[in-house]
Amino acid sequence: MTDFTPLASAIGGSLIGLAALLFMDLDGRIMGVSGIVSRLLPPGEARQWTRDLAFVLGLFAVAFGAHALFGSVPGQTVTGNLPLALIAGFLTGFGAVLGSGCTSGHGVCGLARLSRRSFAATGMFMGVAMLTVFVMRHVVN
Amino acid sequence: MIALAAFVAGLVFGLGLIVSGMSNPAKVLNFLDISGHRDPSLAFVLGPAVLIAGLGFAGLRRRAKPLLASSFAWPQKTEIDSRLLLGAAIFGLGWGLVGFCPGPAVLSLGLAAQNLVWPAETLAPAAITLGFVAAMLVGMALARRLAPQKS
Repeated sequence: MTDFTPLASAIGGSLIGLAALLFMDLDGRIMGVSGIVSRLLPPGEARQWTRDLAFVLGLFAVAFGAHALFGSVPGQTVTGNLPLALIAGFLTGFGAVLGSGCTSGHGVCGLARLSRRSFAATGMFMGVAMLTVFVMRHVVN
Repeated sequence: MIALAAFVAGLVFGLGLIVSGMSNPAKVLNFLDISGHRDPSLAFVLGPAVLIAGLGFAGLRRRAKPLLASSFAWPQKTEIDSRLLLGAAIFGLGWGLVGFCPGPAVLSLGLAAQNLVWPAETLAPAAITLGFVAAMLVGMALARRLAPQKS
């Protein structure tokens, strides 16, 4: 069980929207994490690479500052095991690059642009993810 | 300058992931679980995120260029092709298996590292997070290699 936190989630969502806006306002690019992370892999272009690395370092900085900021490291519960994590990680990375985006690029930025492609992609990955959770939780287990 | 800007965007984004609860895979899976005892909190994340980004983007469309680059790189493609749908389906499968998407997974690498400083049972086991991110990078590299983007 996790607690129902609509207010915190809405505030967090606003920050995510703000970050996407900031990225577009400053550099004119879509803030898509799968794009940002995959562009760090070679071959890369220097200016992009610096920007994308800085974004990832910002994410790490939040993680490392979380204890000071929130008084404790934010709780996480992960189900599964290492083999499952390896399979899931591979599919997540492969699918996100093949489909030109993930939750941030299609889900936030794409819907915000009213992109047809992003509506289709978001509907697809949300639907498949829901089906996957249903099968894993209620059919397999 | 661009590095500082991207760093700040990363900070704000990461803060949003933690505050919203997106960084906790259990919360993500409870949201995705359509069959009861679910936690619908994350339904409240996308709305404000899309609203703020959408209103902001609409304003930016009237500007000639962004503050730190020569032009806006708005995506140009409009066609819904099989590559898009297949990729999204594979991504959804991976996301649903563990509850990590790329942003929270990368953030969790930082969180996992803190287990060394503040051992906490509430954190994801570092091996799972590390394994997920490593495999994600392999998947990304392979997709880039097998199916390079034309545009």
